[in-house]
Amino acid sequence: MSALTRVVRAGVGRKRVQTIVIGLVVAIAVTSAVLGGSLMVASQGPFDRAFGQQRGAHLTAQFDVGKVTEAQLAASASAAGVAAAAGPFLTAQVGLTDPAGHPLPPLNVAGRADAGNEVDRVDLVEGRWATAPGEIVLATGGHLRLPPKVAGEQWTISGKPVTVVGVARSASRSADAWTTPAQLAAWAEGPRSYQMLYRFTEAGTTEQVQAGKNAVQAALPAGAMTGALSWLDIRLEAINDTLLLVPFLIAFGLLGVVMAVLIIGNVIAGAVSTSTRRIGILKALGFTPSQVVRAYVGQALIPASVGAMIGAVAGNLLTIPILAQTNELYGTSDSGVAFWVDAVVIGGALVVVAVTALAAAARAGRLRSVDALAVGRTPRPGRGRWATRLTSRLPIPRPVTLGLAHPFARPVRAVSIIAAIAFGAAAVTFAVGLGTSLNRVQEVEDIADVQVGAPHRMEPGGPRPGPREPEAFPDPAAIEKVIAAQPGTAGYMGVARGEITAAGIVGELDAVAVTGPDSARYYRMVSGDWLTGPGQIIVSTPFLTAAGKQVGDSIVLTHEGAQVPVTIVGEVFNTDSDGMQVVTELATLGSVKPSTYYVSVLSGTDASAYTQALTKALDPVGAMADRLDHSPDEMVVVVNILTGLLSLMLTVVAGLGVMNTVVLETRERVHDLGVHKALGMTPRQTTAMVIASVVVTGVIGGAAGTAIGVLLQRTVITEMASSVGFRLPASVVDVYGSYELVVFGLAGLVIAVVGALLPAGWAARTRVAVALRTE
Amino acid sequence: MSTPLIELHQVTRRYDEGPPALNDVSLSVEPGEALAILGPSGSGKSTMLNLIAGLDRPSTGTVTVDGVRVDELGEAASARYRRARIGLVFQFFNLLDDLTVADNVMLPAQLAGMGRSTAERRATELLGRLGVDRHATAYPGRLSGGERQRVAVARALMNRPALLLADEPTGALDTASGEDVMRLLSELHADGQTVVLVTHDLVLAERCATRTVHLLDGQVASDSAMELLR
Repeated sequence: MSALTRVVRAGVGRKRVQTIVIGLVVAIAVTSAVLGGSLMVASQGPFDRAFGQQRGAHLTAQFDVGKVTEAQLAASASAAGVAAAAGPFLTAQVGLTDPAGHPLPPLNVAGRADAGNEVDRVDLVEGRWATAPGEIVLATGGHLRLPPKVAGEQWTISGKPVTVVGVARSASRSADAWTTPAQLAAWAEGPRSYQMLYRFTEAGTTEQVQAGKNAVQAALPAGAMTGALSWLDIRLEAINDTLLLVPFLIAFGLLGVVMAVLIIGNVIAGAVSTSTRRIGILKALGFTPSQVVRAYVGQALIPASVGAMIGAVAGNLLTIPILAQTNELYGTSDSGVAFWVDAVVIGGALVVVAVTALAAAARAGRLRSVDALAVGRTPRPGRGRWATRLTSRLPIPRPVTLGLAHPFARPVRAVSIIAAIAFGAAAVTFAVGLGTSLNRVQEVEDIADVQVGAPHRMEPGGPRPGPREPEAFPDPAAIEKVIAAQPGTAGYMGVARGEITAAGIVGELDAVAVTGPDSARYYRMVSGDWLTGPGQIIVSTPFLTAAGKQVGDSIVLTHEGAQVPVTIVGEVFNTDSDGMQVVTELATLGSVKPSTYYVSVLSGTDASAYTQALTKALDPVGAMADRLDHSPDEMVVVVNILTGLLSLMLTVVAGLGVMNTVVLETRERVHDLGVHKALGMTPRQTTAMVIASVVVTGVIGGAAGTAIGVLLQRTVITEMASSVGFRLPASVVDVYGSYELVVFGLAGLVIAVVGALLPAGWAARTRVAVALRTE
Repeated sequence: MSTPLIELHQVTRRYDEGPPALNDVSLSVEPGEALAILGPSGSGKSTMLNLIAGLDRPSTGTVTVDGVRVDELGEAASARYRRARIGLVFQFFNLLDDLTVADNVMLPAQLAGMGRSTAERRATELLGRLGVDRHATAYPGRLSGGERQRVAVARALMNRPALLLADEPTGALDTASGEDVMRLLSELHADGQTVVLVTHDLVLAERCATRTVHLLDGQVASDSAMELLR
């Protein structure tokens, strides 16, 4: 065995704490980077990837069973521009009741013998495909919000039992549920239609999809096609749903990766630089600077390699459930960490370790032996004495004042501890802030407890794929009267939808006309004021940008051929319709009537009982109430899980960084410790001294990290919103209260104290006679 | 006869395998005595000092100092015992480089909970008594070896210990400084301070001690009272 190998082996074996810390830090950093990298990959064009993975349908078309035969539809697969087709599948609307007895709005059910092949290859996320009578597969990611583990449950259709055998996800959103063709024929009491799914050779633009649709229509009897949905519309809706989530998750991913690099660099640099004396001894024995560098790079790489492997395994295990959540959100089918992510993260981590160790060891290797031997032995005389003098006058126990002055004797090492703590505190502050911001964005979704709409019924004319337009109420005043009179009502908002054009903006825009006392609660204002009367609108930043307007300006809208001059009274944060939606009072658009009411109930009201009572009261006026699901939104769940995970990992890593430095510090001070103990310092006083030695650094690191975290959160979230054309309301940007800031600042102190506990215990247990002999 | 200040009864101290560092040693020291423990390297002198100071524990046997069973003390009790009853002087002074001379001297008192102003008064008195008061605000690195050892003695006396233990107190000093420290120890003993010295230096033993104990291979080879040379 060469001398170099012996030195490396001895270094790894003898400095066990340091070896373990390097291994653990690299393991956690790699775990965090694998998770972060996978999130970044999963967030790259999620809809397009899901659509590609499933060979989604560019056109989902419905046909009148009375006007076309199955054979004619099958033959339409060879129409011009059609690359592949699936169908015809019989479809119908079916009313399902869940195991709790709650009837669901009618679902579009397709009769399909399998999960698809050439087109719309749906992903089974739970259970299996329906193969026998009485079996159904429910679609997730569409209209239905399903609890976990639905497969196996007994539901009913018209009182007859049906077994949910699977849950599947279709990027094309071709149906709400699937069953066998024979079963569907038996269930469908109302009108039926045929569904055909087409993939075109060219389908990147609306015109190309329209051309494909025209070719299909031309190949079939006139009037056979009753409806069709372009994949571009689904894509738009999907992108809207995850408009802010994608940059959020990318930011989380980047946080994991960047923190991994910073923390590894900090720990390795600290570990190598504290070995300067040993390097001096090696050089005195005849080691060349290059041998010293090789020895220390090797010494860092051995535990780092083991840590990287463990971290990669942990990262993969941790990422799988997170990907299941992002799949749910994005509609993707990512099954695990991409191999190249593992390879890049492991390779990257080891390169960071090698480069940092190389730089630190090269610096030490260049020192003259005599200087290297002197460095790291005791603090340079004179350093930090002012702090010792100052703290000695504080009216607190002497061991504490002695500890408080320690960091000033070794400022570079103190900076390393501050950096470790600041990284951790900044990461936690940033992650929590980012998560809180997204939660705030989502909060408005949970204001309403009950939704009032038209009664559920099978629509004549056959089911239509895609989102259904709700019907406007003929007598909204009657409905509002019932809602207002219902005991337990806290407030409500009526919503009518229409299409308008605006001067200076190309194309039609969605208009939402609101009424009712709750309306303002559902929108977060960025600037300006809420609506105070007709002739006023509030819009999002993309609208203002596209129209070249600002709050206070006037603009002319056109609704059903009539020109409506309005004033923009406020800028609102509203991502619907890509931020081009116009919100106004009902009276502004004249003829429109609400189609939906969102009702909030008084605190303490039983929402289920309220819903049942309201439905009964609404029955005479032709409306019914549905209780809204307030189970946590998947997006919020993902963000909260990520916030928790990353905060935990980065806090642990920061604590390890502190522990590493304090262990080295304590070992170097072991002789002084022996003197203190010989003079009568008790173990408790020794512990207090060591802990106190990280208080100043902990407070500074915590404060600096919190400030950096807040700055990062504000910058990143503002830039993220700006990148998709939005400005954010203050309530989403300013998420930290003074209490939270104090807690985050103190978190730095907690990290420091926890990190110092182990070495403090070691110092307290050190035997005086041994410590005094240590030179 | 008065109660012994130090009583070692059949004390053995073993480290791992091999012969014991101290082997079945029994010894008594009366209050006011000045005992020099002599012997070659490895004879067990420092082990005996460590056991008396509560820095180490015997494998078997008992160590009683000033009525305290030192061998039964835990770490915290042992620390409290040292700061209340023992003053320690080391060969290499063991002054803390980042504390001023005054702060070094005050440290044992402050660890015992004494307020800064009271400790300051006591330290000033001791430094003046030992002739190093002009260095009170200086750092130990700027002092000569003799001066450092005087500061170390001042620190050892800070809590008015019943027993002053000195481990080769002149071992790191030049002749003049060594003389200086010897004189100091003699004066302290003359003032009634019980002193136990560990040394190779026969001259030191002759000048400062009223009694010498020779250790050889962990056992007491001789124990003799001697006339104190002044």
